[in-house]
Amino acid sequence: MTERMTGAQALVRALEHVGVDTVFGIPGGAILPAYDPLYDSTKVRHVLVRHEQGAGHAAEGYAQATGRVGVCMATSGPGATNLVTPIADAFMDSVPIVAITGQVASSMIGTDAFQESDISGITMPITKHNFLVTDADDIPRTIMEAFHIASTGRPGPVLVDISKDALQAQTEFRWPPTMQLPGYRPVTRPHSKQIREAAKLIAESKRPVLYVGGGVHKARASTELLELAELADIPVVTTLMARGTFPDGHPQHLGMPGMHGSVSAVGALQKSDLIIGLGVRFDDRVTGDLSTFAPRAKIVHADIDPAEISKNRHADVPIVGDCREVITDLIAAIRASGQKGDYSDWWKLLNGLKETYPLGYDTADDGSLAPQYVMERLSAIVGPDAYYVSGVGQHQMWAAQFIEYEKPGTFINSGGLGTMGFAVPAAMGAKMGCPDATVWAIDGDGCFQMTNQELATCAIEGVPIKIAVINNGNLGMVRQWQTLFYDERYSNTDLQTTRRIPDFVKLAEAYGCVGLRCERPEDVDAVIEKAMEINDVPVVIDFVVHQDAMVWPMIAGGASNDTIQIAVDMAPKWENEE
Amino acid sequence: MTRHTLSVLVENKPGVLARVSALFSRRGFNIDSLAVGPTEHDDISRITIVVNVEELPLEQVTKQLNKLVNVLKIVELDPAQSVQRELMLIKVKADAESRSHVLELVQLFRARCVDVAADAVTIEVTGTHDKLEAFIKVLEPFGIKELVQSGMVAIGRGARSITDRSLRALDRTA
Repeated sequence: MTERMTGAQALVRALEHVGVDTVFGIPGGAILPAYDPLYDSTKVRHVLVRHEQGAGHAAEGYAQATGRVGVCMATSGPGATNLVTPIADAFMDSVPIVAITGQVASSMIGTDAFQESDISGITMPITKHNFLVTDADDIPRTIMEAFHIASTGRPGPVLVDISKDALQAQTEFRWPPTMQLPGYRPVTRPHSKQIREAAKLIAESKRPVLYVGGGVHKARASTELLELAELADIPVVTTLMARGTFPDGHPQHLGMPGMHGSVSAVGALQKSDLIIGLGVRFDDRVTGDLSTFAPRAKIVHADIDPAEISKNRHADVPIVGDCREVITDLIAAIRASGQKGDYSDWWKLLNGLKETYPLGYDTADDGSLAPQYVMERLSAIVGPDAYYVSGVGQHQMWAAQFIEYEKPGTFINSGGLGTMGFAVPAAMGAKMGCPDATVWAIDGDGCFQMTNQELATCAIEGVPIKIAVINNGNLGMVRQWQTLFYDERYSNTDLQTTRRIPDFVKLAEAYGCVGLRCERPEDVDAVIEKAMEINDVPVVIDFVVHQDAMVWPMIAGGASNDTIQIAVDMAPKWENEE
Repeated sequence: MTRHTLSVLVENKPGVLARVSALFSRRGFNIDSLAVGPTEHDDISRITIVVNVEELPLEQVTKQLNKLVNVLKIVELDPAQSVQRELMLIKVKADAESRSHVLELVQLFRARCVDVAADAVTIEVTGTHDKLEAFIKVLEPFGIKELVQSGMVAIGRGARSITDRSLRALDRTA
């Protein structure tokens, strides 16, 4: 059965059919035809943001909190280019989003027309795939393909650029269309021989470790992971993208590995004889100097993207497949073999590291607020059911270290691209996707000033997120590097935000939000509790913290993981090597 | 570094060549030669790429290429098991005195003279990379005025076709 309508109507109808309930965007000339039928849709809610970057990050936050595809929309030219950063962010962190952009009329393409930009060319290296549609008849099929590509295999961003004349033209709408993707065949079933080989290595190893990344939660496999870890009694480290995928409170959890990882997690990888990487990509922030990373470890590497396997570190047992299927099959293989490794010495060593080198921090002598303390209290008061969405920098690392994540997907942040300004719009998207959940954005004063215009969107659309601004008056992480590696020469990192330019409390109030401030440790609990009581409007808390607080432990950029320091010039004592 | 010849079957759609070539520069791989053209199937184009990389980066190249949605299939063609050809058009100085010498070389290399002017001839020659290099060398003393060369195209020896299975994939979606 077909129905005659415009390309724009077909677009909105297709979005409804693929199950879209929320679109974040801003209209403009080329996309205008689409906004007219969108106005009438009872199934798709359009959220008018204040900047297209906010629309993109909101779609990412929505996608990560719900597991469904997030959608953002913008017009041609500057509207589309403002989406570039969130698209690149979604590409690096494998977040399923579909970006829909208007394009100038097909007859004008290539003429440098008003608000023309070659957005499909621009986003070619940062999308999983993209489309330029100039024929109204192609719109429904392209939308279906875009959602299929974004959400299957290794998830990622897909851009659909539609020319204005295609939106305006008449077409016959037919659903469902037939997808034409002969070259797209993601592999999800792991190879049984490789699974058996991995199970064999696990039984033979003396020092195994499960290196868990973002792919495990993307495969919704945290239950299976828990079963595997407990069955085989293997220690677990969770990367920045996997915080919460394995419960922090579990005795087998050793913390986060990497540049600011715990000594026990970094040590577990370095001293291991078998790393079982699940949904990870051996990123440089985890491995440090590759040539000295885990020198004695054999590698089992499972990922849905074949190109990740052996990209950075050679895999002795490569497994291409969906992490849930991989882990399920591994559990079965281990059970079937009936063999069990003996890791008691290994556990003794690791538990020793865990006890000797817990995460810690110094408080300032002048009684000023320690940012890490704010995280600890947030964790204690808000609890593990909330979503925590962070920006990028010191506050992000403290949020990863000092908040206890017990549930998968509850820490949302920009890992791969490291996009400052991610938190506020992404928290908004997460809250719109999960309106019953408590959503806290944890932001820095630098990050917050990049995207806080979306407070207006939150206030107007009724999205009562809570924002903890960790205000140290500086671009803190950059300042930390200047302290450590640039002779304390603080070139252009002092934002002077502690001088109240801007005054974040007044700023919040100007945006129709509640603004609170906290400057002393003894006031932290009360201010968090007050924020928790406000559920009708967004709340911003300006936590004015000590500017010299640093993120520890730390491995300097490009250095070996063996050089981890727990504070300035303080290295942990490793065991005597065998 | 070793030279590898990749035959990449792609959907015949706008922008696919840009996706493939951009991927090489983005991932830091150098292309020695690239040729693209239609195949016996209207919906499939074939890109022949010669890259100069070690084994390990080559694996990355093919894996990354395979991730492109419009790429249907990638086959590495072994020089011993395939026919590899480049085409060159070359304009050489040749007056009444030297013309016969040039034409003698044309015969020796099984090339063809495709245009003659009073003081130059234009020659068409096909062959492997090495043969064309050798041909250029012997013509150089006469004075090469202009030279244009195609990328390499290659096809596997024997009866098997690398397009068969890709065709079936296309047919399923049609």
